[in-house]
Amino acid sequence: MEKRELTCIGCPMGCLVTVEMENGEILNVTGNTCKIGDTYARKEVTNPTRIVTSTVMIEGSDFTRLPVKTASDIPKSSIFAVMEVINHAHAKAPVKIGDVVIKDVAGTGVDVVATRNIA
Amino acid sequence: MYDIIIIGAGVTGAAVARELSRYDARICVLEREEDVCCGTSKANSAIVHAGFDAAEGSLMARFNVRGNELMEDLAKDLDIPFRRNGSLVVCIHKEELDGLQELYDRGVKNGVPDLRILSKEELLEMEPNLSDNAEGALYAPTGGIICPFKLNIALAENAFVNGVEFRFNTRAEHLSRDEEGLWHIRTNNGEYVTRYVVNAAGLYADFFHNMVSEKKIHITPRRGDYCILDKETGDLVDKTIFPQPSKMGKGILVAPTIHGNLFVGPTAIDIDDKEGTATTAEGIAQLIEKGGMYVKDLPIRKVITSFAGLRAHEDGHEFILGEVEDAPHFIDCAGIESPGLTSCPAIGEYIGGMLRDKMNLTEKKDWKGTRKDVISTEGLSLEERNKLIRENPAFGTIICRCESVTEGEILDAIHRPLGARSLDGVKRRTRAGMGRCQAGFCSPRVMEILQRELNLPMEEITKTGGKSNMVFYRTKEEGGHTA
Amino acid sequence: MKSYDIVIVGGGPAGLAAAVAAKKAGNDSILILERDHELGGILNQCIHNGFGLHTFKEELTGPEYASRFIDQVKELQIDYKLNTMVMDIAADKTVTAMNREDGMFQIPAKAVILAMGCRERPRGALNIPGYRPAGIYSAGTAQRLVNIEGFMPGKEIVILGSGDIGLIMARRMTFEGAKVQCVAELMPYSGGLKRNIVQCLDDYGIPLLLSHTVVDIKGKERVEGVTIAEVDERSKPVPGTEKFYSCDTLMLSTGLIPENELSRSAGVDMNPVTNGPFVNESFETSIEGVFACGNVLHVHDLVDYVSEEAAKAGEHAAAYVKAGREAASAEEIRVKATGGARYTVPTTVSLDRLGDLLTVRFRVGAVYKDAFVSVYLDGERVTHQKKRIIAPGEMEQVILKKEQLTAHTGLKEITVTVETE
Repeated sequence: MEKRELTCIGCPMGCLVTVEMENGEILNVTGNTCKIGDTYARKEVTNPTRIVTSTVMIEGSDFTRLPVKTASDIPKSSIFAVMEVINHAHAKAPVKIGDVVIKDVAGTGVDVVATRNIA
Repeated sequence: MYDIIIIGAGVTGAAVARELSRYDARICVLEREEDVCCGTSKANSAIVHAGFDAAEGSLMARFNVRGNELMEDLAKDLDIPFRRNGSLVVCIHKEELDGLQELYDRGVKNGVPDLRILSKEELLEMEPNLSDNAEGALYAPTGGIICPFKLNIALAENAFVNGVEFRFNTRAEHLSRDEEGLWHIRTNNGEYVTRYVVNAAGLYADFFHNMVSEKKIHITPRRGDYCILDKETGDLVDKTIFPQPSKMGKGILVAPTIHGNLFVGPTAIDIDDKEGTATTAEGIAQLIEKGGMYVKDLPIRKVITSFAGLRAHEDGHEFILGEVEDAPHFIDCAGIESPGLTSCPAIGEYIGGMLRDKMNLTEKKDWKGTRKDVISTEGLSLEERNKLIRENPAFGTIICRCESVTEGEILDAIHRPLGARSLDGVKRRTRAGMGRCQAGFCSPRVMEILQRELNLPMEEITKTGGKSNMVFYRTKEEGGHTA
Repeated sequence: MKSYDIVIVGGGPAGLAAAVAAKKAGNDSILILERDHELGGILNQCIHNGFGLHTFKEELTGPEYASRFIDQVKELQIDYKLNTMVMDIAADKTVTAMNREDGMFQIPAKAVILAMGCRERPRGALNIPGYRPAGIYSAGTAQRLVNIEGFMPGKEIVILGSGDIGLIMARRMTFEGAKVQCVAELMPYSGGLKRNIVQCLDDYGIPLLLSHTVVDIKGKERVEGVTIAEVDERSKPVPGTEKFYSCDTLMLSTGLIPENELSRSAGVDMNPVTNGPFVNESFETSIEGVFACGNVLHVHDLVDYVSEEAAKAGEHAAAYVKAGREAASAEEIRVKATGGARYTVPTTVSLDRLGDLLTVRFRVGAVYKDAFVSVYLDGERVTHQKKRIIAPGEMEQVILKKEQLTAHTGLKEITVTVETE
């Protein structure tokens, strides 16, 4: 049996969660204090994902950088591929929160969206 | 071709330059740094000493007392803050009391006015926060405090306005004298030719002296660590508190600064490296220990910054002033350690007079010995501020919140003669960044103003010239894609 | 200058939430004074996600969280002035402020809400020896440069202090192509949130060196490297453990200090533990009609709590303006922190003014595992709540019902403590 210890990131509680696994099968999840911990731990050991936040260049405004995020989480392994696309992207003012800046970033199927309004 | 070239734009070089600016002569100051006041002049105790400490009959004693005398009018002429807060040499052991009498006698012989020995009671009445162990003190009411940056900057600025040229980022590397008796100074920025050289190179004065003279001198960098405390502690003591002097110097002081902070320092540690301005844990520990011996409850947790300066200590512990015997037209201002800051007006006067006589210089008709400092909004009434803001709205924007420095003051500091070109240049002229948050808040704002006003890319804005760049490149651009 | 009932100093998360709540509580005369060129405060530069889970039940980035409140301020037509620095708050609640357009002006307010936030502890306060070159940044200053202005303050970075901003910046700088050598933390535990250690350091293989500190800074013009040493249990560097790390930047994330210069000059009584004002259940300071909320009161880990406290401060400020101070009929109850609890907010409670619930927030001074948060009412234990972990980096709270307090006749003191059994 394999044990993996994780710190749950679902909320700032940061529960210490233990996942017991055997042959890739999850046997047991303990230590979490809510459902989020269980879900997180199961996912983190099989398919870890992250939301990526960064900035992109923006033209047509006093602001030179627009903060953005992936609209939902992407595979952890794609973070740097996503960053590479973000680093070369341009936006044009005006922009509103939620506007799609990059569609389907790095083949993840997830869009990169603006996280602030820039007039 | 110049008549006079001064090596070094510290307080000595600037004071000499200002005195010489009275005369019709082509004068240039060579400074290796990007601004004036970048060496010993920027990191010292900022004390205008009364003059009881220096050996009787020494140049140090003479120039100290004369410098102290001149400082008041000079500060008025240059519009810089100066206060005679008075100095106290405090004894914390009864057996030291004899030493006070010795200092008193020496002071009287040096010509220091109004010295008094205080009893324990008188002392504690004057300074209630001194240690209960204080047994008595020598009181010198003529002792004062000044802003060393502003003094240095104002002297240089006034010299510049009166025609002295300044070459920054210009490091003198080699000196030689040709058959006609002219001095050739090789620098990283080309060669300069001059009839006279004034060596005001601070820690490097021995380097230049020894290059032209067989009579060698030797300067040791003597490091002094300092801690600056938050302004809320600035009234812990009113006078400058000295311990009994020793052979390493005047000891570790506790004193208010002219701007209302409190400082503790300096240590006195002889080192080899003339660039060795790094503080050490031992040095700072020493300050905390020694400073705490003279005042009750030194609030050392209120330290906002620490720094170290290097004194240019010559082996003979004496100012070396005047033409070098075996190097005609080469004038030394060497070994200028404490009381160098105090003495600078007198050194300027002396060297200025000497060169006037030697070179038969004639006075300019239009010399102007006064200037106005960067406008300070500190202490202005609501009406006064509003008048200023109406004239220039930049005075309505606070850039440094700790020291309440407005954009208007920073613009003034940048655009005035010999204006600021770096964050430290702005800081020394306006105090932006000198407060309790130590530029955390204002540095991005000052960087933005500098790049806008100097029309430079942000990547070229520096903390203090040279390679002290603040940022490297824009995100998303060159270099940013390696992830 | 137009006069206002309520002047709010600071347009960050606390000021915005206070303004919205005061308006909703019926006050129509509110002015927010903000020194930056936009509302939102520090949230604008916190472009990472993780905000608002409690308030909005979704994970927002800082600017998104701020915009929810900014939108409300605009919808509710609450007045605000940008680029405006408050210069002084007098004990009589006259607020003196300044900007380019209005010059220096004074507003005689009926109530003032202090929402100035906090600042970062600078290098000087840490007495780190060494040179003083360019390249020493507090993490928040670096964050502003990178996220708002788009400049890279460094390429090879060491971070001292594992506060959240430092951890977030470790990841942020990594994303932008910098190499983060390590994060050194003086304490044997991190001051940052667990999730940030996992997601900002572990994910990128950035070592976290607990019980380590910077003992020397090399480089005269720009940082060239730092020496890091292990420290003993008294936080003193252990000789022989020094290790040199090459870097061009040292970022500091070594603590936040509530920014109370204005509060102090107004004469507000300050809590030496939090460096923020003492407040009662209504978030009112020792000066009647002067309220405090957000990081100026005590440094928070979660913005949700800031918004929640600030809303209360705003409501109470509106109530104060309407009715004047509700005279408390009974004596005020003291709230005391003992044992592991370092402080509480509030420190006094008046039952007359208290709503249905009393939330007492506090922080601990050390890490506790499987410990209990206990509350005593005049010596009688009424709460004994088991916690798997209580850490200094995270704010704790206990919620008491008003009935509990009223049931305890003659209640004088509420004590919050951490117990191991």
